[in-house]
Amino acid sequence: MEFEYSDEQMALKTEARRFLSEQAPLSDVRRILDGDRRHAEALWSQIGQLGWCGAVIPEAHGGLGLGYVELCALAEELGRALAPTPFSTTIYQFAEAVLAAGSEAQKSALLPQVAQGRLIGAMALSEGPGPLSPGRTQTVCRGGLITGRKAPVVDGDAADFAIVLARDAQGEEGLFLVDLSGAQVKRTPVSSLDPSRGAAILDFDDAVAEPLGAPGPAWPILEAVLDRAAVLVAFEQLGGADRCLEMARDYALQRYTFGRPIGSYQAIKHKLADVYVKNEVARVHCYYAAWALASDAAELPVAAAGARIAASAAYWFASKENIQVHGGIGFTWEADCHLFFRRARHTSLMLGAPAEWKRRLIRQLEIAESAKIDAGDRA
Amino acid sequence: MTLDDTPQEAAYRAEVRAWIAANAPDFARLSPEERRVWHPRHREVACAWQALKADAGYACIAWPKAWGGAGGTPMQEAIFFQEEARAGVLFPYFMTGLQMLLPALLQFNKDPLSISLVPPAVRGETIWCQLFSEPFSGSDSAAARCSARRDGDDWVLNGQKVWNSGANLSDYGLIVTRTDPDLPKHQGLTVFWVDMKAAGIEVRPIKMMSGESEFDEVFLTDVRVPDAQRVGGLGEGWKVILATLANERAAIGAGRGPSWREIIRLARDTPSGDDSAMQDPVVRDWLADCYVGAEAVRLLGLRSLSNLSRGEPSGFEGTVGKLLWAALSQDISSQALDVLGTYGLIDDPELAALEGVFHQRFMWAPALRLGGGTDEILKNVIAERVLRLPQEPRVDKGVPFKDIPIGS
Repeated sequence: MEFEYSDEQMALKTEARRFLSEQAPLSDVRRILDGDRRHAEALWSQIGQLGWCGAVIPEAHGGLGLGYVELCALAEELGRALAPTPFSTTIYQFAEAVLAAGSEAQKSALLPQVAQGRLIGAMALSEGPGPLSPGRTQTVCRGGLITGRKAPVVDGDAADFAIVLARDAQGEEGLFLVDLSGAQVKRTPVSSLDPSRGAAILDFDDAVAEPLGAPGPAWPILEAVLDRAAVLVAFEQLGGADRCLEMARDYALQRYTFGRPIGSYQAIKHKLADVYVKNEVARVHCYYAAWALASDAAELPVAAAGARIAASAAYWFASKENIQVHGGIGFTWEADCHLFFRRARHTSLMLGAPAEWKRRLIRQLEIAESAKIDAGDRA
Repeated sequence: MTLDDTPQEAAYRAEVRAWIAANAPDFARLSPEERRVWHPRHREVACAWQALKADAGYACIAWPKAWGGAGGTPMQEAIFFQEEARAGVLFPYFMTGLQMLLPALLQFNKDPLSISLVPPAVRGETIWCQLFSEPFSGSDSAAARCSARRDGDDWVLNGQKVWNSGANLSDYGLIVTRTDPDLPKHQGLTVFWVDMKAAGIEVRPIKMMSGESEFDEVFLTDVRVPDAQRVGGLGEGWKVILATLANERAAIGAGRGPSWREIIRLARDTPSGDDSAMQDPVVRDWLADCYVGAEAVRLLGLRSLSNLSRGEPSGFEGTVGKLLWAALSQDISSQALDVLGTYGLIDDPELAALEGVFHQRFMWAPALRLGGGTDEILKNVIAERVLRLPQEPRVDKGVPFKDIPIGS
């Protein structure tokens, strides 16, 4: 048993942190908030050159063919740095969907581009308020042409391709690959909670589409992709939550009231201890899920849901209490606290809200318990 | 990042799983009342199980054979605990001695007589208790006033201890005393082991809020203790205290007691509307939170074990696990009663759901949040030792112990 990054994985993580601390300062995030750039293009390009985009893409498709724990380590650092790039949509979701369900031709056409950071991919699933659930899709794809509205699509403003959830001619829900460069796709950027991560409404009007892989039901693939993405996003959330705790701790040491640092008051100490505990809960769930992801374990659906719920809760708590510890200054545009506060909720909504994942978790636990698979006593 | 057993670990697990299946005590002949922890019949079964384990080389597996252990590895010991828990035969009676106190005794005391007491404890023939807390020394665990005065080769102990789990059943105790009240608080402490049958020791059971008497108060009047029973150096008691407290937190934080699986059983067995409580969205939402919390406690334990197997010291997983599990256990036991509705009022183990396991836990959970460091003390520990935040200003620093105010 080794419930920890290996030395090699740790070295990769340390190198990633060094790179991001130099190349992805929070001032970059702020420039996107202040301006109209969609993401940090230079950083995205550098990440592509480093091979991070192709970390888990097989070498045959132009990737590095590393393990998923390595990708988890990179995700943790990207989340910690608040890196404003389309990594989480393109790598954790789009590439995973292509890997899981794409035809050989689609893999050969798309994955080498993804691996080099030259293709941005998005998932066009949600169509309106409420949780994503089977049978509610309005978008249709008939005769290779897709029509409908998707809102919101994270990175939909910048993406080159999207995987779209739509009904086929028989009314069955399937996944379709769409090149977004055509005139039959209208993109409307939307204001979102976290402007450092772009979002758009996509309107398809007879846009050319092809089934992702062999035509077939969308949900088994989609749920598998969401489970995998949930683990990777959980690592981004963990990285962000850790950084919030460090910010709050540092400020608590430096800020004096009534003649002493506020970090010496139990009211602040206990608050930060609570943040620490939630972060540790998220960390062990993340590690467990990383193991399940990397080893294709039967426990993955349960472990992924646990990681998503714990990491979403930890990031939210750490980001809001970070503002509280900072006091008035924490509520200003000028302080960095809101960057994490925004990202915390962005990450916990982008794959479906935690409440939806709790429902998934319990369904999975019921299946596991009914099948007498005693996931809990696995050493 | 792997949770899989190595081939050697898997082989060991298979071996012990088979051994436990073949030898585990049968509780069927006990009534639900007798199956409760601390019931004398339950304790008899646990003692017999401990002796059987010792004979087979499964008690204190990681300890050297000279101490009555099996000369195995900490990993093997952890695997055995996991398999005992899986089979429902992990008992609390020897936890204080074998997991908290005796490791400290063996670390700090090399006296042959003292070490000779260890093997019988491993076999479950003797029980140890912790004599740390006092009426004026609870969370402030370095504030012990029980005095030890030197007299020839002996020490003479006088004072009072309190909240001593199992003291009335115990043969021996580990006691914190003040050997020099002129020194600042942490410097004048010394630890001894005492024979609980020694003249001058009086044990009075304390009736807990549940009505049971799991713990006691202990009065010491001119109790003579040979210097050979000193554990650690003169005035170095604080180090011994810290070692046992870390063990205690890890033991409590191991997450024993009813958890999410019992909630699923309860919810499936409890009718609600046209179906069972398992289909109630409120129950499902709560169950998800319980699972995430309880799994975190289990995974923290694995993380600690992983450090151990890498030869690294355990971090603060035990502290975090204890803090989490105490709160979660209280929440689980209280909300389980809600699932039962009005019938939840009945705590008779013959009638209550799952033989009253949630009711018993409900009346015990407050103790989990107090023993081994209260929630508040553990948060201070995390804030000061992990996050490196400063202490509150203190009035007792550097002051001779005898001059520290104690209120009334």
